[in-house]
Amino acid sequence: MKPEELISMMEKARADSSAFEHEIRVCTESGCMSLQSDTLLKALGDEVKTRGMTDKICVKGVGCMGLCCNGPLVQADTAMYQFAKPEHASAIVQGLSTQPVAELLCNTQQPFFTRQKLVVRENSGHVDPESLVDCIAHGAYQALLKALTTMTPHQVIQEISDSGLRGRGGAGFPTGLKWATVSKAGGSDKYVICNGDEGDPGAFMDRSVMEGDPHRVLEGMAIAAYAVGAENGVIYVRAEYPLAVKRLTKAINLARRHELIGHNIFGTKFSFNVELRLGAGAFVCGEETALIASVEGKRGVPRPRPPYPANSGLFGCPTLINNVETYANVAPIINKGAAWFAQIGTEKSKGTKIFALTGTVKNCGLIEVAMGMPLREIIYDIAGGVPNGKAFKAVQTGGPSGGCIPAELLDITVDYESLAKAGSIMGSGGMIVMDETSNMVDVARFFMEFCMTESCGKCVPCRVGTYEMHQLLNRICEKRGTPEDLQLLKDLCGMVKQTSLCGLGQSAPNPVLSTLRYFEHEYLDLVNQTQAAHADQSPAATGEHIELEVLP
Amino acid sequence: MPVNTVLPKPPTEDKRWKIIETTMRRNDFQPDALIESLHSVQQTFGFLDIPSMRWVAAALKVPLSKVYGVATFYHFFTLKPQGKHVCVVCMGTACYIKGGRQLLDEIQRHYAIAEGQTTKDGQLSLLVARCIGACGLAPTVVVDGNVLGKRSAAELLAALDETVERKRQS
Repeated sequence: MKPEELISMMEKARADSSAFEHEIRVCTESGCMSLQSDTLLKALGDEVKTRGMTDKICVKGVGCMGLCCNGPLVQADTAMYQFAKPEHASAIVQGLSTQPVAELLCNTQQPFFTRQKLVVRENSGHVDPESLVDCIAHGAYQALLKALTTMTPHQVIQEISDSGLRGRGGAGFPTGLKWATVSKAGGSDKYVICNGDEGDPGAFMDRSVMEGDPHRVLEGMAIAAYAVGAENGVIYVRAEYPLAVKRLTKAINLARRHELIGHNIFGTKFSFNVELRLGAGAFVCGEETALIASVEGKRGVPRPRPPYPANSGLFGCPTLINNVETYANVAPIINKGAAWFAQIGTEKSKGTKIFALTGTVKNCGLIEVAMGMPLREIIYDIAGGVPNGKAFKAVQTGGPSGGCIPAELLDITVDYESLAKAGSIMGSGGMIVMDETSNMVDVARFFMEFCMTESCGKCVPCRVGTYEMHQLLNRICEKRGTPEDLQLLKDLCGMVKQTSLCGLGQSAPNPVLSTLRYFEHEYLDLVNQTQAAHADQSPAATGEHIELEVLP
Repeated sequence: MPVNTVLPKPPTEDKRWKIIETTMRRNDFQPDALIESLHSVQQTFGFLDIPSMRWVAAALKVPLSKVYGVATFYHFFTLKPQGKHVCVVCMGTACYIKGGRQLLDEIQRHYAIAEGQTTKDGQLSLLVARCIGACGLAPTVVVDGNVLGKRSAAELLAALDETVERKRQS
């Protein structure tokens, strides 16, 4: 495609869409789809057809609108509907020319919507992810055009560095610095990899970005490839996300057909090819060296660094690995400039972050907020607080590598440094709220079981350490734990943290450490109950007593 | 890259082996296509058995031990045939907090199977997922690819009974 063609395609698509008098958008991401939003979409289309209004009303499937727990969500002109079902199709279409359907209305003036700051998700809920034309109408590939035709690779890297963008996968490494390192690495073959292996339980931001706006991810990757001098890209997606795989595959095929990826993009010397690779359900593959092994068709086992992937990654070539959300931030930075991006967020954490709000809160779903927002505001204003008159107990961020933040720390702000200081991490963005009925020792056990099962088994501290810690937590939960068990658990936390090879093992003790830090009394209660039981009963009754006998 | 033209004979006469062959051909029979090829086998036949792994190993020129290593490393692959219907209970954090464990217990009790097992009549397999990414609808259960969210144990068991029963008659 030539630059003029992209512009004319965009203008034509915009003219075409403004020719419609009304627009109905239906969320067609996994969450709403499981509530039959695809049937609803078809019913709306049929309804418009029966009324003979196909030239007046545009009906399309779009990405996530955020409030997943009230789905399926439908946007009909200015009205947003929640809990919409196929049988409401007629009323919704009728409502376009008369009054909106009152009983389905969702209040878009509530803090859940008004407090958000949309950068990555600006087009989610507006564009049809399966239509390249619609994405182009909303500005897709404009940033790639700008980068390729008006900027040198060095300028692109400078722009990303100046923006202050940090990796959204969890660790928060400065993206510009990473790009510069790969750019400086020698060798003609380089790779860019998009990490779409969102293994954190309770997190679905990346799934949503891939399902709702896949071209934005491709565009970000292409810009990154141009900046670092790579010609090959790989998107690694979990096989558990079939819809994301389908949408990305379609997006890649469409972009390839329209020569937005391929040889000599926009008539420049830059060529870029992308392949999709499926994960197969291994949490450890979120770690970059394990991910590379998996892309190479091997068991996803991490290896020691250095060499870092930036120097020796996929097939031994210099490789840039970024998270889905990181790539999705690239296009707006190139379009609007580093200065614009840098004014969002805090001094050290720039931009916005998407969070998956779940657990016991009123509003579950996806939110995107400027970095630096206090946790309290997110949980009480945006998420609407804890329902059923229960009290808030803790919020878990960062998945199995993160920690639990108690009520007394709710005034901390959401950025990389504050969360780390509170004993948790930003992580990929899962935010699970727990009310007073949750037992924190049980929560720690849940995460430890996860880490134990997901440990790849390569290094002993992680493989054996997580198993032992899980056993100890089991004993404590089942009121069989002793004070010595608790002490051993604490000791093991330090050992596993310091001696494991990769991030999985190093961060596996975090949920235990953070619950010990803020909720130690719950551990002590359980241990004391064991003591009390011991005082009352014979050892045999506690299940601890094992009789050994010699076989004749 | 030299393309492997002499492909070993598939384990059976089944025409569906062509599907896997297409996947491998698309990747020029390179060893790094191993995971893609195993996905293809599992999608087509429902599980990975030793003859299929042997064949993929020969076609991609990868040692069988490596193929077996990969097949057993990743949770997504299964070496046992699945039941006619598959019920996956999500055990992600959000689902766990909202009672996923209780749902799993109820299903196990109702059908007298543990996670990872299939009922004796081969009708239902019960699996556990790490997180299916539909946390807004927690607790979630996936029955034959359809996500059922925010159900009580009773509602869920009724839905499951209906699925198993209905298909049994057809």
